[in-house]
Amino acid sequence: MNEKEIIGTKELHIILNRLCCQLIENHLDFSNSVLIGLQPRGVALTTRLVKLLETEYAIPRIQVGFLDSTFFRDDFRRRNEPLKANQTKIDFLVEGKRVVFIDDVLYTGRSVRAALDAIQSFGRPASIELLCLIDRRFSRDLPIQPDYTGKRVDAIASQRVTVFWQDTDGKDAVTMTNKSA
Amino acid sequence: MSELSVNHLLGIKDVTTADIELILNTASQFKEVINRPIKKVPSLRDITIANLFFENSTRTRLSFELAEKRLSADVINFSAASSSVKKGETLVDTVNNILSMKVDMVVMRHPNPGAGVFLSKNIDATIINAGDGAHEHPTQALLDAFSIRDKLGTLHGVRVAIIGDILHSRVALSNIFCLQKMGAEVMVCGPATLLPKFIDTLGVKVETNLQNALAWCDVANMLRVQHERQDISYFPSIREYAMQYGVTLPILENLKKEIVIMHPGPINRGVEITTEVADSKHSIILQQVENGVAVRMSVLYLLAQKRALSAQIN
Repeated sequence: MNEKEIIGTKELHIILNRLCCQLIENHLDFSNSVLIGLQPRGVALTTRLVKLLETEYAIPRIQVGFLDSTFFRDDFRRRNEPLKANQTKIDFLVEGKRVVFIDDVLYTGRSVRAALDAIQSFGRPASIELLCLIDRRFSRDLPIQPDYTGKRVDAIASQRVTVFWQDTDGKDAVTMTNKSA
Repeated sequence: MSELSVNHLLGIKDVTTADIELILNTASQFKEVINRPIKKVPSLRDITIANLFFENSTRTRLSFELAEKRLSADVINFSAASSSVKKGETLVDTVNNILSMKVDMVVMRHPNPGAGVFLSKNIDATIINAGDGAHEHPTQALLDAFSIRDKLGTLHGVRVAIIGDILHSRVALSNIFCLQKMGAEVMVCGPATLLPKFIDTLGVKVETNLQNALAWCDVANMLRVQHERQDISYFPSIREYAMQYGVTLPILENLKKEIVIMHPGPINRGVEITTEVADSKHSIILQQVENGVAVRMSVLYLLAQKRALSAQIN
């Protein structure tokens, strides 16, 4: 395995704080905004951002949900591996709300497309923005771009970008590995 | 595991514990879907499903049809009463004619045991058994297991008594297989004439006294007396059956614990359970119906996925 760290712990913390500030710049007190973490990997990032917003920036009671778009994917029955559904937890309607989708790595854009379909089941949002920690630019299959980006990364199809979190993986870091290696 | 081990759902006997767990876990996600303001997902929009009902049904047919529509599948319905079966067509011919119209999956209820197995060997479509005679009714067992797990949090170590006409019941057999695979303890209870010989070889407890069964169990699954399958008289009168095996509210209140009452429907009120019991807080009969749609969505979704994966391998 040739694993290369592309973001270390310190840099990741700076990026998370910057993303929080950028969100506040656009959403102020979040009274009409909701943060939606995309299952499965966007949930950890969402939880971290909400915790930061609440503790460091004193913004209480942010509405948060988790959305699983498995049943809306366009590659169901077309891929070689089975899809696994995760929990959707949205206890409110998004009608007229400003929605922010949160995911860790933006790659082909297909899961975001599925999430755009899936969120319609909970009402018609006023707007939808996209926040991602890692933007694998030049690898999009669809015209989808993030509004908030942690870091842009150039990676080819045979490379995998993985985000690690202190709570679940024991460290805060982002690495790149060669799949074939 | 996120893939089923079987290509068809013909009976619970053929599926593994991992399969059942996968079906129940996926059903939890679908239960959330059917409680959304918009209750539909596009997963099966390229799939056509034929519902073939060679025997009467209300709940199962509606439940399957709703599950199919919530998954965006195209649905065609067929009931034997109004078809060419009455003109002497064979089962394989009927189904092959329907398959010529490019159908991917078949949901079938048939009065003959093994009809689903027979069909799966003769045609190229995914078969889901919606009840074959007195043999199996796998989706009912899965939704019963799901409902118990939903109510009590687990199936492991739960004591379930299946009470009533075990002899003519496909629900009983599928339930026994499913609950045992999930680690529950099972008892069957009914008049000796309605208990199959050698049922104890399946590893279930056998009881003929209702009070003993209720005192033992955490969950009582009440079955209807299937008069339409009974060729001879198995007990003196319905009144006597109701006296001996009917669950009433005073009986439940005299138990020293709370038990859950289930019923696969249709209920004969005043026979196996009274109206007060059916509508009481003990009963989860209507939750079972809601869960039925979620469980059937899960089965259809996973089998459709399996069908595509198998096609890629071949």
